[in-house]
Amino acid sequence: MSHPPPNIKLYLAIFATLMLLTGLTVLVSYWHLPPAAAIFVGVAIASIKAGLVVAFFMHLKGEHKLIYYFLGILAFTMIGFLLIPTDFRLLRVLLMHSGAP
Amino acid sequence: MSAPAAAALAYEDSGVTNAKLGVWLFLASEVMLFATLFTSYIVLRVGSASWPRGWEALNVPLAMINTFVLITSSVTMVLAYAKAVEKDLAGFRRFMAMTIGLGLLFLVFKSFEYGAHFAHNEWPSTSIFNAVYFTLTGLHCAHIIGGLVVNGGLLWMAGEGFEHPLFIGRVEGAGLYWHFVDVVWIFLFPAIYLL
Repeated sequence: MSHPPPNIKLYLAIFATLMLLTGLTVLVSYWHLPPAAAIFVGVAIASIKAGLVVAFFMHLKGEHKLIYYFLGILAFTMIGFLLIPTDFRLLRVLLMHSGAP
Repeated sequence: MSAPAAAALAYEDSGVTNAKLGVWLFLASEVMLFATLFTSYIVLRVGSASWPRGWEALNVPLAMINTFVLITSSVTMVLAYAKAVEKDLAGFRRFMAMTIGLGLLFLVFKSFEYGAHFAHNEWPSTSIFNAVYFTLTGLHCAHIIGGLVVNGGLLWMAGEGFEHPLFIGRVEGAGLYWHFVDVVWIFLFPAIYLL
């Protein structure tokens, strides 16, 4: 089992970056942007922050291919679930009887 | 065959230890859990006649402080792992204790937040917004508590267990889980509080 020597300087640099991005995302929220713009900016900044944590703190960058394959299966599964059609006839009948609008 | 030797053999077979692969698989299932809840939030919000902006209904400054707290705990967690790799017991203990302390601090601030809501008679049943807010943040808190139990266990084990050949792998696994909990909050915070 090999555990590569940790890069402390990198961790601290990522820490500073994460704090800055957190401050930035809160600052932008004070501008009270319309929902569409707010969502885009918020998700973009969050994705960068999450990407840094996953790549460097979770050591996903430079991880073994097997882990990438499993995460690929995860991505495929999630997209697959999102693409399942939802306008089933049965569902419409059930909703009609439940009194939902 | 002894457990450490068996674990080492597994590593040579696939390139990844059972423990690491197991934790990543578990995290994948947790991603599905939170993704479902996020999707429900989106569907409910888009389908509702009105929905408060985050800052109108929630304490953004306190949640921002909590974000700083959790990110810092992720850093101390990875530093604890670094100390474990370097075989520095005192350093590991120091950073793992800090990680646990920061996690507890997160929960303390969260309890202030929840307490304020309850004092204003705002409960999960009060509105769909509140239901979504309490469900998402509550489930996240449950994950923090679970992580604190594991991290506490590792800190407690570190006395004799530090020299065990599998110990670094355990810290790594606990770290992967803790960083995942941080990543969930990184998305949860803007999604609930800032939009």
